Amino acid sequence: MKYVDEFRDPEQARKWLEKISALAKQVQAGKDRPLHIMEVCGGHTHTIFRYGIKQMLPPEIELVHGPGCPVCVLPMGRVDDCLALAEHPEVILTTFGDAMRVPGSLKSLLQAKAEGADVRMVYSPTDALSIARKHPDKEVVFFALGFETTMPSTALTVLQAEEEGIKNFSLFCNHITIIPTIKAILDSPDLQLDGFLGPGHVSMIIGQHPYLFIADEHKKPLVIAGFEPLDILQSIWMILNQLKEQRHEIENQYGRVVQVEGNHNALEAIEKVFELREFFEWRGLGSIERSGVRVREGYALYDAERKFSIPNLKIADPKSCQCGEVLRGTLKPKDCKVFGTTCTPETPLGALMVSTEGACAAYYSYGRMDSFESKRETTT
Amino acid sequence: MEGWILLNPKEKQQPDGNVYRMNSRNAKSFVPPVTGKSQTISLAHGSGGKAMRDLIEDVIVKSFDNPALNMLDDQARFDLKELTSLGDRLAFTTDSYVVDPLFFPGGDIGTLAVNGTVNDLAVGGAEPLYLSCGFILEEGLTVETLRLITGSMKKEADKSHVSIVTGDTKVVHRGAADKLFINTSGIGVIPRGVNIAATRAEPGDMVLINGFIGDHGAAILEARGDLSLKSSIESDCQPLSKMVQAMLDVCPDIHCLRDATRGGIATVLNEFALCSNVCIRLDEKEIPLRDEVRGLCEILGLDPLYLANEGKLLAIVPRESVERVLEAMRLLPEGQYSAVIGEVVEVPEKRVLLKTSFGGERIVDMMVGDQLPRIC
Repeated sequence: MKYVDEFRDPEQARKWLEKISALAKQVQAGKDRPLHIMEVCGGHTHTIFRYGIKQMLPPEIELVHGPGCPVCVLPMGRVDDCLALAEHPEVILTTFGDAMRVPGSLKSLLQAKAEGADVRMVYSPTDALSIARKHPDKEVVFFALGFETTMPSTALTVLQAEEEGIKNFSLFCNHITIIPTIKAILDSPDLQLDGFLGPGHVSMIIGQHPYLFIADEHKKPLVIAGFEPLDILQSIWMILNQLKEQRHEIENQYGRVVQVEGNHNALEAIEKVFELREFFEWRGLGSIERSGVRVREGYALYDAERKFSIPNLKIADPKSCQCGEVLRGTLKPKDCKVFGTTCTPETPLGALMVSTEGACAAYYSYGRMDSFESKRETTT
Repeated sequence: MEGWILLNPKEKQQPDGNVYRMNSRNAKSFVPPVTGKSQTISLAHGSGGKAMRDLIEDVIVKSFDNPALNMLDDQARFDLKELTSLGDRLAFTTDSYVVDPLFFPGGDIGTLAVNGTVNDLAVGGAEPLYLSCGFILEEGLTVETLRLITGSMKKEADKSHVSIVTGDTKVVHRGAADKLFINTSGIGVIPRGVNIAATRAEPGDMVLINGFIGDHGAAILEARGDLSLKSSIESDCQPLSKMVQAMLDVCPDIHCLRDATRGGIATVLNEFALCSNVCIRLDEKEIPLRDEVRGLCEILGLDPLYLANEGKLLAIVPRESVERVLEAMRLLPEGQYSAVIGEVVEVPEKRVLLKTSFGGERIVDMMVGDQLPRIC
């Protein structure tokens, strides 16, 4: 397929890997651990595992899978709140597919659906609005999830509902914002990161400026990266290059999509409909200041949290789960106590095992190669 | 009367000495309208009374194109001698079909119900012979819909030379089923010397597929109309028994054979790896995949290795036979795009690995959950 295959060319990959290997050796020399590069975004995690990039990289580089999977960082209490909404007899709950399997404290949306709740999978919030048009006697609640990437489409759907005078549509808003979370990770005392792959799609909306503090205050390089495998390789090389030259800057590898200033129209729609919450709870990371948004007072009609009484539960993550340490990059998925034993994609305990963009699920489904490789060496 | 009994149109295999005349007229045009009766299915059609008998006679029996001579018997009967002349083992299988929507590009629930069961027999090396057919109809289904579906069942059955010899119809209240569900069971005979089993993959063997993967899953997804996407993807629903026979003719010692339906080729290959205690290594660039299906997967974040097929089989054959088998497959329309997509190696045991087209390597695991519900 044109415009895609160019970014997946194995010959190009080989060339980049040679450059990366040479550079990584220089940069890592004298360090007692491999270089840690965090991909913030779940989309990158997926690409890395999908194409087997992890195994192609030299041993001097270790990729750390960050918090950028919105489904994964959703706290259990919010899932329970969503379930309470879904089980309301007047509600049709609409959601993206990967949110269906996220475990609440007792069940998932998929189980609630099996028990009779009207839960429907949609591909975009406008699909949810269409359902609202078709069922004027029901309240259609959209389980709004995601970073700045999905925020504009949710905001525009609310504006569309207002324009059409549709009153039976609302959001259960769980949109989150990436910057405070990167900040929280950088502030954690056990931080061992050397650089970041910046989230391409989020950056398409917010632009380059919000990342400046990473370079200025924390002295770490960040390269905004695209989602094709060659994008990832080139971005890794760009980070290594900065490290070698002892620079720490915000660079943009994804120039074909990301503008320095971001997308003005999208930001305007977000600003119109949403406002920052003082705190938002992240699964595994705890409460992070100004890291989530809610619907503004002026659009209260479209806010399920105002329309319905929601239990607003706080539920602690299962004690055995080490999602937080994995999210901060201090623990590898396979080193978690419950990884692959009581926590598997089939019966996920922690949220990172739920979505294919979750570090643990990706590692489980695509990645568990390390043990094989050592085994292969011993048998051959 | 619990079952409706139809007769075996395969004249060469008539066991009881009766002469059954084949009716070659087009099934659909042959069926007269259900005159003076409701054009939709009602509970009365499942009551066991006259309405049910009329429905069976006017729609089902006539579609399946068998002279209904023996309507009062509750079972189909086979002559054992006839069966044993074809081989030394019976193959028996069953499957239920609940696809939504009932009609989709490239087929409908009827074509699935026949080919699905025929293929389950075929991949055991069996020659498929007889099918049963159980309908569960939702009150309110139009008779015309049922007629179209029985028409396509007949058409597909003819392609594989199988007969639908017994069946059952039940009608349930509106809402208790979704329009129409079908169960088919099938019987076939396995020739002597054929020994296909998921446990037989050996290091050195090669993995073959008979064409593009994921067409059925993609076609259903699009036919649901939830996506504002348009493309020309059609289901690959097709019978495979002829091709399997051709493969066995050139290589009677095929080790493993399975049709890759729900869960896609990833699931079947994992089953082979698990049952045979081997590793299967795939080469992504050799796996036939249509651009349209790949595009749809890119947009929706699906993995085509897990997308359903309804006319694709995976074969594991000894390395020395691979060229012969491939050639035999490619000679038939259902195998025109056959390809060697991987090989069997020793370690890591019970795993499927994929060499990505990018040059990396990853695990292809069993599917967890459902990429899509109700695809067949």
